[in-house]
Amino acid sequence: MQVFFNFVMDGLNLGSVYALVALGYSMVYGIAKMLNFAHGDIIMVGGYAIYVMFLQKDLGIAAAVVASVIVCSLLGIIIEFLAYRPLRNASPLSVLITAIGVSYLLQNIALLTFTSELKLISGFIKLPTFYVGPVRIDGVSILIWITTLAIMVALNYFIQNTKTGKAMLAVSEDRGAAQLMGIDVNKTITITFFIGSALAGLASVLYIAKYQKIEPYTGSVFGIKAFSAAVFGGIGSIPGVALGGILIGLIEALAIGYLPDTLRPASDGVAFAILIIMLVLKPSGILGKTKIEKV
Amino acid sequence: MALLKVSNLEVSYGVIRAIKGISFEVNEGEIIALIGANGAGKTTILNTITGLVPAKSGTVEFDGKNITKTAAHKIVRMGMAHVPEGRRIFQNLTVYDNLKLGAFTRDDKKEFKENLERVYASFPRLEERKNQIAGTLSGGEQQMLAIGRGLMSNPKLMLLDEPSMGLSPIFVAEIFEIIQTINKNGTTVLLVEQNAKKSLSISNRAYVLETGKITIADTSENLMNNEAVKKAYLGED
Ligand SMILES: Nc1ncnc2c1ncn2[C@@H]1O[C@H](COP(=O)(O)OP(=O)(O)O)[C@@H](O)[C@H]1O
Ligand SMILES: [Mg+2]
Repeated sequence: MQVFFNFVMDGLNLGSVYALVALGYSMVYGIAKMLNFAHGDIIMVGGYAIYVMFLQKDLGIAAAVVASVIVCSLLGIIIEFLAYRPLRNASPLSVLITAIGVSYLLQNIALLTFTSELKLISGFIKLPTFYVGPVRIDGVSILIWITTLAIMVALNYFIQNTKTGKAMLAVSEDRGAAQLMGIDVNKTITITFFIGSALAGLASVLYIAKYQKIEPYTGSVFGIKAFSAAVFGGIGSIPGVALGGILIGLIEALAIGYLPDTLRPASDGVAFAILIIMLVLKPSGILGKTKIEKV
Repeated sequence: MALLKVSNLEVSYGVIRAIKGISFEVNEGEIIALIGANGAGKTTILNTITGLVPAKSGTVEFDGKNITKTAAHKIVRMGMAHVPEGRRIFQNLTVYDNLKLGAFTRDDKKEFKENLERVYASFPRLEERKNQIAGTLSGGEQQMLAIGRGLMSNPKLMLLDEPSMGLSPIFVAEIFEIIQTINKNGTTVLLVEQNAKKSLSISNRAYVLETGKITIADTSENLMNNEAVKKAYLGED
């Protein structure tokens, strides 16, 4: 039983980070109407920013966190401007292929700069561990949960209650009509990428705090699993995406824990298997709304 | 001086020539009707004026400024509201949010309140349903919301694209009455319609559009007695 609870704890941690990453995917998907394949790789770049600031330059945790968020948000804006904006009216397939290209580009830049060697970033964020009965809870877990929850609430508030948030919803629903209201669609999409990528920067911090390691491919697999989580929970709905992230994290942690040794490497595939089943059963996801049909 | 002046406008979608060189004017205070059959190019003209579709050649001048290449989101700020074909309200947002988005370019809180009151006075139904999700309104109510949303920017000129489309006769009558009220309150109107009879009855002048070309331009009164117009658009023989 104790072992089970520890797996659950692990799953909740993993799931919270997935949720945060999924939120970034979901925002960009909902408002810019594109799948930013490079979102996971932005997280990887944030991880290296932490590596450089915390380990190489020894500037401490705060500097590393700030650097990760700034590097990721700027990177998101630059990618949008250089790679996606010129394709604003192109076919979704061209945009998707470009996004995959950007993903490889970032991985290759990381390979050239840092080599393929796994970098350990031990002792990044150290917090005390305590026990609730037999269940072990480390401080980093609590940090992850609080950060993810706070961001969900703040983002939901921002989108529902600010003028910029409302403009995002308008752009997400009807770009042409949004322009007729005087909304600058390009600017709104830039802000979306800025926020989504800043979330990626925070996800890097949580990822490194939990796994304490980084390599050039870290982001892409993690990112695609988070995207599966977003679709699973209902892309476009903040609570849905959060739920999807946490469920995928839980299921994956339990799979790692209970699958026989020979099947354990397949645990990476669990998220994708769930995604496929969901797409067959309810393509809009657990909490996703079926679209209101236009009259 | 003309508030809106369109000169030698041509618009193409790829190889399809939708607008083949048209010119017309809308003077301050007028209601101008643009009538024509389905596919004549009415929507294309409005979309080109407000920058949603680029012009291939020709110019659009509004309030003395050349706006042919001005980005769509900047035009509403200059005083032109476009109530698009098919209403295109934000279905997932509330009625109030839709109205607020209509005033997106207006930062003055007092002006916002006054405009909102005026819109609610013209459309009491919108006030009753202000917290309702817009997608759940009836077709006529959605059209009222689309017009109300356009009014929230306090426009000098309002472009209306087939506001009576798909509405029951009672709503049609109400919408045309409201257009007249809007005009009396000082907003110039460019009205695109397939309902030629109604539009001619409330407009000062009208243009008849056929496959991308203006074929007749006259006062609405004359057009109502024009044999060709009667035959083709007024359902009389
Ligand atoms: N997005 C588009 N792509 C290609 N052709 C279009 C597009 N929109 C309109 N058209 C064509 O342009 C012509 C004019 O259409 P439109 O302006 O919608 O006419 P109306 O509003 O008078 O019904 C039609 O032949 C239509 O098929
Ligand atoms: Mg039309």
